[in-house]
Amino acid sequence: MIVRILGEGQLEVDDSAVAELNALDSQLEAAADRNDEAAFAAALETLLSRVRALGRPLEDAALEPSELILPQDGATMADVRKLLTDDGLIPG
Amino acid sequence: MSVMKRVTLIFRSKANKALDRMEDPRETLDYSYQTQLELLQKVRRGVADVATSRKRVELQMNQLEQSSTKLDKQARDALSAGREDLAREALSRKSGVQGQLTDLQTQYTSLQGEEEKLTAASQRLQAKVDAFRTKKETIKATYTAAEAQTRINEAFTGISEEMGDVGMAIQRAEDKTEQMRARAGAIDELMASGALDDVVSGPRDDIQAELDRMGTSQDVDGELARMKAELAQGSAPRELEGSAGPAGAEQAEAPATAAQPADRQQAGEGQ
Repeated sequence: MIVRILGEGQLEVDDSAVAELNALDSQLEAAADRNDEAAFAAALETLLSRVRALGRPLEDAALEPSELILPQDGATMADVRKLLTDDGLIPG
Repeated sequence: MSVMKRVTLIFRSKANKALDRMEDPRETLDYSYQTQLELLQKVRRGVADVATSRKRVELQMNQLEQSSTKLDKQARDALSAGREDLAREALSRKSGVQGQLTDLQTQYTSLQGEEEKLTAASQRLQAKVDAFRTKKETIKATYTAAEAQTRINEAFTGISEEMGDVGMAIQRAEDKTEQMRARAGAIDELMASGALDDVVSGPRDDIQAELDRMGTSQDVDGELARMKAELAQGSAPRELEGSAGPAGAEQAEAPATAAQPADRQQAGEGQ
């Protein structure tokens, strides 16, 4: 499975890691629902470092789309919300 | 829905919308390639901008560093001249300079990180644009428009995701550079106004002026103190030889000769 961390590039992560990443993602979602910025930052940090630890960087010339895209390191809840609005941050 | 999945969907839908706008799929390839080249230019400019900004911060940090060293020396000079008021003023300015320095250091580290990330992003994009160009030519040469569709979609979705990512990275770097410019401008203004001690503006430096005014008499006092210390030291070895001597008469004399230079020194310090 190919995972992209925004600002860092793509990584190939073994499919067996999906359950763990989903659990971490749920914590991220829960923190966002509670509007808990500190918990959100901690959950994002954990999620990203797990992906970095489990994944192997994809070669630069690869043109494959990612199955999962994660917010950039240090992204706040406001950053992610802006990212999710239709005419938000993504250019084009 | 999960954060990861929502972010992924947003990227996907952007790519799909762009694909839908194209009449001939093969046209998509050429158009996309042009956009990629433009983005590549933009990310390179971004890297250069961040580097310029970082160098400016570096320069200001050096100036503040010098300023801090100078204020520290002034405080010492003032204190040894018995002017605690001047020393206090110099130290309070130094503390202001140190505050600015700490702030700049944080900004500097952050800009450095941004520069590294953007440089890596620029390299990744370059590699992908090259790969895309090759793939584009292969697709155009080998397949009919209808057959090419799936392959085009894949390549396009892959590169468009990268472009979205790089586009946002450029935006973040621009925001940081902009903040940095404003901050650097503010510090330049502070220096120009004299509120922050600028090393270059020697003549406006009131602490230094006061120290210079006192300087002449201070030099004479300093010279005198040094000479007295030298004289005191010059007589010191004799007392050591005396106390080490085996003769009883010399030993008895020793305390008296040892006391003499010490008295003289104390008197000298009292002046």
